[in-house]
Amino acid sequence: MPPEPAAAALTPGTPAAPAVAAPQLAPVAAPAPLPAAPAANGLLATLRRHPPALIGAGVLLAIAVLALAAPLLFPGDPLAITGAPFLWPGTSLAHPLGTDSLGRDILAGLAHGARVSLGIGFAAAGLGLVVGIALGALAGYLGGWVDAVLSQLIEIFQTLPSFVLLVVLVSIAQPTTATLSGAIALVTWPMVARLARAECRSLREKDFVLAARSLGYGHLRILVHEILPGALPPIIVTASVLVASAILMESALSFMGLGDPNTVSWGSMIGQGREYLRSAWYMSALPGLAITLTVLALNLLGDALNEALNPRRKGTRR
Amino acid sequence: MKRHLPRLARIAGNTALRALPTAVGIVILGFFLLQLAPGDAADVWAGEAGGAPAQATAAMRHHFGLDRPLGAQLAAYLSGLAHGDLGWSARFDVPVTHLILERLPGSLLLSATALVVALVAGVVLGTLMAAHEGRLLDRALSVVALLLYSLPSFWIALMLIVVFSIRLGWLPSGGAHTIGLPESGLAGLADRLRYMVLPVLSLALFYVAIYARLVRVGVIEAKAQDYVRTARAKGLSERRILVRHVLRNALLPLTTVAGMHVGAMLGGAVVVETIYGWPGLGRLAFEAVMGRDFRVLLGILLLSSLLVILANALVDILHGVLDPRVGASHAA
Repeated sequence: MPPEPAAAALTPGTPAAPAVAAPQLAPVAAPAPLPAAPAANGLLATLRRHPPALIGAGVLLAIAVLALAAPLLFPGDPLAITGAPFLWPGTSLAHPLGTDSLGRDILAGLAHGARVSLGIGFAAAGLGLVVGIALGALAGYLGGWVDAVLSQLIEIFQTLPSFVLLVVLVSIAQPTTATLSGAIALVTWPMVARLARAECRSLREKDFVLAARSLGYGHLRILVHEILPGALPPIIVTASVLVASAILMESALSFMGLGDPNTVSWGSMIGQGREYLRSAWYMSALPGLAITLTVLALNLLGDALNEALNPRRKGTRR
Repeated sequence: MKRHLPRLARIAGNTALRALPTAVGIVILGFFLLQLAPGDAADVWAGEAGGAPAQATAAMRHHFGLDRPLGAQLAAYLSGLAHGDLGWSARFDVPVTHLILERLPGSLLLSATALVVALVAGVVLGTLMAAHEGRLLDRALSVVALLLYSLPSFWIALMLIVVFSIRLGWLPSGGAHTIGLPESGLAGLADRLRYMVLPVLSLALFYVAIYARLVRVGVIEAKAQDYVRTARAKGLSERRILVRHVLRNALLPLTTVAGMHVGAMLGGAVVVETIYGWPGLGRLAFEAVMGRDFRVLLGILLLSSLLVILANALVDILHGVLDPRVGASHAA
């Protein structure tokens, strides 16, 4: 423990320090928030202790590698016709997972589709997290009319049925990877903001924040250096679930033909296979399995993260 | 029950007061989304007519009031809404309100049934899991729940069609009733139910997983409470303890979450209705997107938001019924 709390709080790059120092400033302080560094260690420990989470991480890594290596493994346009149509999986060495109604290789489609699905999933979740944390932190920290306005905005966006709003947004803007990510982020941020607001609201009353304020620190500095390090861990754990739901939303949109028409995505592959359910159901089944596997991996990881970083959820008696 | 009434009325009043700014905000947001949409009603009209001279389009624009300042248009839009007028659908050539009200019952039926099915299945599975906590059944069901939680609803809808309609031939793959069969009577009802099984299942499975997990945690937590020990010490039967003391408390968070899911259900219905050709708002939304009819789309967005607000209000009131502490702080 640092001997001089004020000095520790002044040092940039030690975000966890104020939380640790708080009890020294005031011996009767409420329990300090979970410091970030031990939480990260806890995360690794949890991953080791939870085989399902390890499996999830492994699967996700494999899919990410497949997505990154897609242009090397399957050079050329995945939308190009490379063989006879309607080849069932396992019937051709050149097309291990078969071909679709036009003779396009399904494995190549899955690999290139992984780029789109993971890309949009991570971009949308990342954007939603950044916007949600920024607005939620402002609302929770500043309070007053800023909080009133932002809370109302959050309420409005949480009331709008997100998938219907998504369909409206995508049909107004031309669907590209960027607009899809933006639209999904737009329906994602309120959940994050709500969480961030609650965290920052409870943290701003803590003694170490009062101490920082009495030292004359500006709002921005207090928010970034004192409050966010404590508020972030419970929000960050939602990231993997956010990515999972973004992937599900993107695939549902492309399935309905509302995705980017110039790229191949898992959802659009399922949509194209839909007309051939009777004769060639594998065309829809395989990309769906890819989505399920990815989302399952993210959810397994999310469960473990939640347990490791979210102290409140640990209350389940076992 | 009678003494509940003033308290419940107060809860309802507070809820309505809180919902008002949200509703206004959503309407204004909807208006601006409509402004962002490419092409206005006059363009659509010109397109439908196979092209029109600029003068005629301008006249049309004037007729619809599209050349007025934004503020005036917003005022006209709001006053129309206040009279239940959502505008005219260029694609279907009928009032939007008419279109939406025609499809509303189908969507409500589908979503409400799916929600009820998911709740019942979730409570049963969650209670089972909690009763076998840590043992094989609990673990197996947890894995199943996680899997259901990860399935895309539109994909499971297609796979259900493959298995139950194409392979087994047990259930129809689309539509709402058999054409030619009488729509009323017992036979008609059974026929309709057959058409509902797959869409309801596709929509509900995801929520079954969520509710089962929630109920499991809720029951396990409630079982360790002092009042349960007291109830047991009083000699109440396990069944009575479970229903009156454990579930009643475990279900409170469930109602909140289920209320929040009404909007998600309506959104999920867009995809599921499109797949099964179910005559509801979701399919209408899809048709509106394809026909680039933004007024219909906006109408659906507004109406489904209204349904969400109503559902949240109902949940607030339900909390008042289930939990006597809610809203009691202002009691005289």
